[in-house]
Amino acid sequence: MTAFDDGYPPPGRARPMSAADRRDRVLEAGMRLLEWPFAQLQRLIGLRRMPWVFVLPNMALFTIFVFVPVLLAIGYAFTGGTELLLWNRPFVGLENFSRLLSCGSYLDPASCELDLFWTAVFNTAWYTAFNATGTLVVALVTALVLNRLTRGKAFFRAIFFYPVLLSPVVVALVWKWFLARNGLLNAVFADLMGQRTIFLLEVLWSRFWVVYVSIWFHMGFYTLIILAGLQAIPRDIYEAALIDGTSRWRQFWRLTLPLLMPNLLVVLVLLLIRSVQVFDEAWVLTDGGGPGTSNTFLVQFIYETAFATDVRLYGLASAASVLMGLALLVLTLVQLWLGKKAEN
Amino acid sequence: MLGFLTRTRGKSRMDVTDILAWAWLILGTLVIAIPIGWAFLSSFKPEAEINSFPPTLLPRAAQELVIEGYDDPLPAYAWTDEQGQTRTVGLVRRIGLKATVVDPESPGERLSVDAGSIVKQTAIRPAWSNYTEPLERFAFLTYLKNSVFVTTVATILTLVLNSMAAFALSKYRFRGSTTIFVLMLSTLMLPLSVIMVPAFMVVVGLNLADNLWGVIFSTVATPTGVFLLRQYMLTIPDDLIEAARVDAASEFRIYWRIILPLSAPALAVLAIFSVIWRWNDFLWPLIVLSSPENYTLQLGLNAFQGQFTVQWHYILSMTVVALLPVTLIFLFLQRYITEGVASSGVK
Repeated sequence: MTAFDDGYPPPGRARPMSAADRRDRVLEAGMRLLEWPFAQLQRLIGLRRMPWVFVLPNMALFTIFVFVPVLLAIGYAFTGGTELLLWNRPFVGLENFSRLLSCGSYLDPASCELDLFWTAVFNTAWYTAFNATGTLVVALVTALVLNRLTRGKAFFRAIFFYPVLLSPVVVALVWKWFLARNGLLNAVFADLMGQRTIFLLEVLWSRFWVVYVSIWFHMGFYTLIILAGLQAIPRDIYEAALIDGTSRWRQFWRLTLPLLMPNLLVVLVLLLIRSVQVFDEAWVLTDGGGPGTSNTFLVQFIYETAFATDVRLYGLASAASVLMGLALLVLTLVQLWLGKKAEN
Repeated sequence: MLGFLTRTRGKSRMDVTDILAWAWLILGTLVIAIPIGWAFLSSFKPEAEINSFPPTLLPRAAQELVIEGYDDPLPAYAWTDEQGQTRTVGLVRRIGLKATVVDPESPGERLSVDAGSIVKQTAIRPAWSNYTEPLERFAFLTYLKNSVFVTTVATILTLVLNSMAAFALSKYRFRGSTTIFVLMLSTLMLPLSVIMVPAFMVVVGLNLADNLWGVIFSTVATPTGVFLLRQYMLTIPDDLIEAARVDAASEFRIYWRIILPLSAPALAVLAIFSVIWRWNDFLWPLIVLSSPENYTLQLGLNAFQGQFTVQWHYILSMTVVALLPVTLIFLFLQRYITEGVASSGVK
């Protein structure tokens, strides 16, 4: 070993190029090739306009597929006929809304001109009520339990979160099979009750299972959010309570719950917003809202009115969308207001 | 192990709340695992097995015997003779209370026995054909390809477009930047169901209806992704950019060579979410795609289960295929996902 052997090639003699070097060179050349047009563009329009170049592609797609439809949505609600293109559609004023809202009695869907719409409204209302409260309670209990774990927290958190990542179709099919005539539940149920039940063909059972599956599917997400809220509660408050000899129950009702309340309210409104939009898993699970129309929800009404019938009533569907959008807007504003209050 | 399970916070003994907490965790785990595990096990059962009741836990198939002098293999039965001895025989036919069987030891001799003295023999055997047949006989291979295509392309486009926009919105102050950001954020809560009809009209107007690109283009400009990346890029010090400008680097070079590599953690989170979103998408593809050869896996699965309601062995195997990628991502990248959700409230 000589004094010059410090890992660099001796002067005057080129080191042979390795495969990695060659790959790096190709990569470098490729990158320069990609940078070149943008550098030219910058020279042309100047540095100050460059941010627009970066923001433009995303904004263009966003405008075309989100902003334009938002503006058009209102236009559709005031037009009739079955043409898809807005400029071919006749203006009908408030006719779509008056059809949707014409009812003998608002408490009885059968007395309405569009009884399916009102059935869907009522179904969505009860689903939202049960799903939101059910999910909130289950997620809160799970978050409280996870929060007191010293070991294995990450493991159980992962288990409870896993269903959230599944697709609605997968969730619906897994449960459809579980509840099937030949399914596991019937194997247990038949032993206890002496007979098999086709759960998804009975009105009350099917409604129960739609809510149950939905809670099963989404509760992990809300658990994580509530858990984050719990972890934000300072520890020393509990230490003070411990010194005062406060019981666990009192601790929960007097400390944890009030401190968590802003967080829980935001979660509740988020749950209401998501529940109103129920469609995917319920639709697949109940074979299109069955039995009969017991599980037909608002989004299904909109989807089927616009896309799944021979006569495509885009105007009527849009009017229903606008009504639903208004309800969601109110909920969103409530959420923003609650979120602001929670921050203060 | 027991020490691990019974460890509590600061106390030596488990009290009632500890027991209730563990009961809740175990019950919850079972409630989550059993339906999925049941579907998974069932997906390996042959058609005859899956329709039998009461169901068995593991996939079993009838055993068969190849006996000399018979063209087809015969179903295997255990036969208990008058002396109480049991042996395996092949069933030739069964008429009423009598069954004709053949002992593989003496293939020439047919025995007529009581139908009550023979029991069908089964063995644990997964029916792999549940997985291969839908891909060959039905269009599931096409659905799978479409899903992979949409997921891959949409995720790449999402990463590129969202990161470019996030770079501009986090590292430059230009007129309109706040407006753009607020506009994007305001649509975070805007559900597809409200703009279903006009969004479809836009797709039709662009001649992208019943086209995978119609699904891709309308989903890539996610406000969530821009928001997530922007918040991360704000934490990257501006000095780096200034130094690069002094070295005469172009703005694109700064984005490409400095900001993008430094945003790798946030990009990874967005990539994971994007893959999961696009793989699981249902309502929007359902509206845009109408011909079966363009269906994604989710749509194909839904259409198949509506059409062939009794083919549960195929439905379940394809359900498992549909949940596999997400499950693998979750197994390996679980930490990033739960932390990403907890910190940003993204789903």
